[in-house]
Amino acid sequence: MRVGYYPGCSLQGSGREYSESLLAVAEKCGIVLEEINDWNCCGASAAHSLNHDLSVALPARTLALAEKQGLEQILVPCAACFSRLATAQQELVSSEPMRSKISDYLEMPVKGSARILTVFEFLQEHIFPVADQYIVNKLNHKTACYYGCLLSRPKDLTRLEYPEDPMEMEAVMEKAGATPIDWAFKTECCGAGLSVSRTDIVAKLSAKIVEDAVSRGAESIVVACPMCQMNLDLRRKEINKQMDQGSDIPVMFVTQALGLSMGLSADKLGLNRHFVSTGKVVSCVGRKEV
Amino acid sequence: MARIGVFICHCGENISATVDVEKVARLAGKLSGVAYSVDYKYMCSDPGQTLIVDAIKEHKLTGIVVGACSPRMHEGTFRKAAEKAGINPYFCEMANIREHCSWVHPKSDETTRKALDIVRTMVEKVKNDTALFPIKVPVTKTALVIGGGIAGIQAALDIANAGHQVIMVEKTPSIGGHMSQLSETFPTLDCSQCILTPRMVEVAQHPNITLHTFAEVENVSGFIGNFDVNIRLKAKSVDFSKCTGCGSCWQKCPAKKIPDEFNAGMSFRTAIYTPFPQAVPNKPVIDRANCTWFTKGGKCGICAKICPTGAIDYTVQDEIINVKVGAIVTATGFDIKHSDFFPEYGYGKHPDIIDGLQFERLASASGPTGGEIRRPSDGKVPETVVFLACAGSRDKAKGIEYCSKICCMYTAKHAMLYKHKNHHGKAHVFYMDIRSAGKSYDEFVRRAIEEDDVNYIRGRVSRIYEKNGKLMVVGVDTLLNAKPVTIEADMVVLATAVIANEDAESVAQKLHISYDKHKFFAEAHPKLKPVETNTAGITLAGACQSAKDIPETVAQASAAAAKTIILFSGSEMTREPVVATVNRSAAPVFTTCTGCFLCQEVCPYQAIEREEIRDRAGNLLMNAAKVNAGLCQGCGTCVAMCRNKSIDLQGFSNQQMLSEVMGLLNAPFE
Repeated sequence: MRVGYYPGCSLQGSGREYSESLLAVAEKCGIVLEEINDWNCCGASAAHSLNHDLSVALPARTLALAEKQGLEQILVPCAACFSRLATAQQELVSSEPMRSKISDYLEMPVKGSARILTVFEFLQEHIFPVADQYIVNKLNHKTACYYGCLLSRPKDLTRLEYPEDPMEMEAVMEKAGATPIDWAFKTECCGAGLSVSRTDIVAKLSAKIVEDAVSRGAESIVVACPMCQMNLDLRRKEINKQMDQGSDIPVMFVTQALGLSMGLSADKLGLNRHFVSTGKVVSCVGRKEV
Repeated sequence: MARIGVFICHCGENISATVDVEKVARLAGKLSGVAYSVDYKYMCSDPGQTLIVDAIKEHKLTGIVVGACSPRMHEGTFRKAAEKAGINPYFCEMANIREHCSWVHPKSDETTRKALDIVRTMVEKVKNDTALFPIKVPVTKTALVIGGGIAGIQAALDIANAGHQVIMVEKTPSIGGHMSQLSETFPTLDCSQCILTPRMVEVAQHPNITLHTFAEVENVSGFIGNFDVNIRLKAKSVDFSKCTGCGSCWQKCPAKKIPDEFNAGMSFRTAIYTPFPQAVPNKPVIDRANCTWFTKGGKCGICAKICPTGAIDYTVQDEIINVKVGAIVTATGFDIKHSDFFPEYGYGKHPDIIDGLQFERLASASGPTGGEIRRPSDGKVPETVVFLACAGSRDKAKGIEYCSKICCMYTAKHAMLYKHKNHHGKAHVFYMDIRSAGKSYDEFVRRAIEEDDVNYIRGRVSRIYEKNGKLMVVGVDTLLNAKPVTIEADMVVLATAVIANEDAESVAQKLHISYDKHKFFAEAHPKLKPVETNTAGITLAGACQSAKDIPETVAQASAAAAKTIILFSGSEMTREPVVATVNRSAAPVFTTCTGCFLCQEVCPYQAIEREEIRDRAGNLLMNAAKVNAGLCQGCGTCVAMCRNKSIDLQGFSNQQMLSEVMGLLNAPFE
């Protein structure tokens, strides 16, 4: 099965290590991700607040290109990109008038027929069946799996069985030999796009997340959204000011964790790109059970 | 030659405002076979009916069509008039030109034309009408009441007090139902057990009531007036004729760690047990799934050794008994969602996040804390309690769109009980809307807010989690100061949604009654037949139909009893002859039925029987289908299924339907 790949802007910028680790894991497992040629911006948080047609047309162009490339599955790791592509797809599939209007804008046919995979679906369907033979290390430590908003909601798009208490990331971390903790903030808001305009709010919201994870004994926070990762990692100085005691708990992508368990090097997985050192997690490799 | 009369009603202005009734009457008069046609302001009034009676006699009419409202409304009225005039009432047909025409169209020529079309179809139908006669069915004057909660108790006592026999079947070892678990009841705060237990005792002692506890309905066949029911009497392992209820057995039973259903899992019971001290009957049964004798192959046996009357019998088996009843009252009750339904509230993993029934037990004098509100985790009196008045209900995302109806009231009661017992405690209630319609209900809620200082917060709770030994309840206050709120609580009570019993679907299937998508049993008509089911002779009482409080349950149970008593008022009952029949003719044809019995497979009411047709010497000639008129509900499914048109529905025969359609298609060009 060919799997298309839509990195989106974050995975080429602030979340490079997400892309690096994902591609490294896929490569290790012998799965080729075909990047969609000439992909464009998903519209992110701006388009749908300004112009509805534009918010459908932007992701639709990427979907149309994927169809042209003959891809039946597209992996969209970024939570926001996934949400935009899946929303646009839902509109295209459910409304013939919308479909023809968007096709006219794009000057190319679009059906919205390709299956859009979340990173969890990709890992479960493509990596899990072959993963065991590549997993060489156990990441023996307690970890807090953090989903945030767009990976868990809305339920219709994310297809999670329990959107209020998802367990998909926990399954990945268990595979990697870590011990996921039960905690209260896995779907709470990190502050998202306010990162730029109202850093104070991001610090306050993210502090609650970090605080709860740490108080329950987590030694790492695992994420699958570049925005969450950036807020919890890049804004740590501000976050720490909101907490009684600061924390240096590292925040890594789920694919980095899986890569570590597969024996890939920290450099290859981009673990050196973080603001809060990931050294603690890297040193968990091969540690005694917790 | 048919001589048909057409009577067009104005229905005040309900019809005449949009339909030109005079024109309809005039043109109907010209239809073939119509001997008389007239319009009148109120055909259902006394003068209107007299007009019909007189016209039938004067014009020697053989059949009539009344162009008026729905047959559901006044068909009976006009059929009686026809009968009074000396013709068979089934030669009277309604042309519904109100609901199907004047109410749904604007005033126009087309509306008038449609009214005439409707009249014309019925004129054609009347021409093919045949005389029909009501069906008489004998009635067994014994009622079966399924369920021994307050609904079943009320229905059983009413029917028994009317002088009829009642058989009550209760699944658990005692009657009493959920009401016996409640502490105090809104809006009067009288003790639930104090008002219930006398009625439980009355049931047990009533000469007309036969009580089977620890028993379940196995299957039901037959039809209204003549049901045949098998009841499984589960093995109690205790001979009730010997047992005195002394209690030595459960005091000595070593299996003591079984979660106690009566205390909503907050205490433990033994394997041989009575559910609660006021149980009726107050004699124990052995819970074999948890009894050492049964799970460890004959080890233990302490209760048998200790029993002073030798009442314990480990060898007794389930017994199936067969009873014949004329009516069935379904009063199987409800369940609630438990707190493990809510991931956002920690799946109820925290012992101090409890549901409404658990709180009832905490507040009850017979409960695990003797009526003191102490939290389950450490037995401390909570200083702050948060109540969530809507947990799961009215939440489409959770699959429960409906309102559970009782939660607003019992939450107010819970908060009040807590405040009465802990004056310095803080009680907060999160709510969506306060639904307190009912006699003295809103006053009760106001009393909680105004006199008992319960803090009502309009908004929902998004998450509950534990932090530093407190339960953090994160919600929003949507009123004036609209803002997120977090309350640090010591205990949280979720008013979880009322749901149908786990086995509701299988019970419905055993009884052949319908149920809605939430597995609540369906009434025959939401307004006009709220206690009847679609299966004649089976009625509903209480929360098995939808969420209900005690007064409403009791009212419905009495209504179900009244319906049953009406059925029992004569030795036989009369039914509408709108039933299917399989044709029969003289030898050597006997019937055109080929005996394929496809009709039997599709019949939702098990009304198709197999008849063996034999010659005089007794030799079997053929098998043919036969409709049991007592069971048939006239749905017509078998008619559609019959491959050679051997079944017809009386009053709605194929020929009648065809002539209606042809009446429409052969409309004269206007």
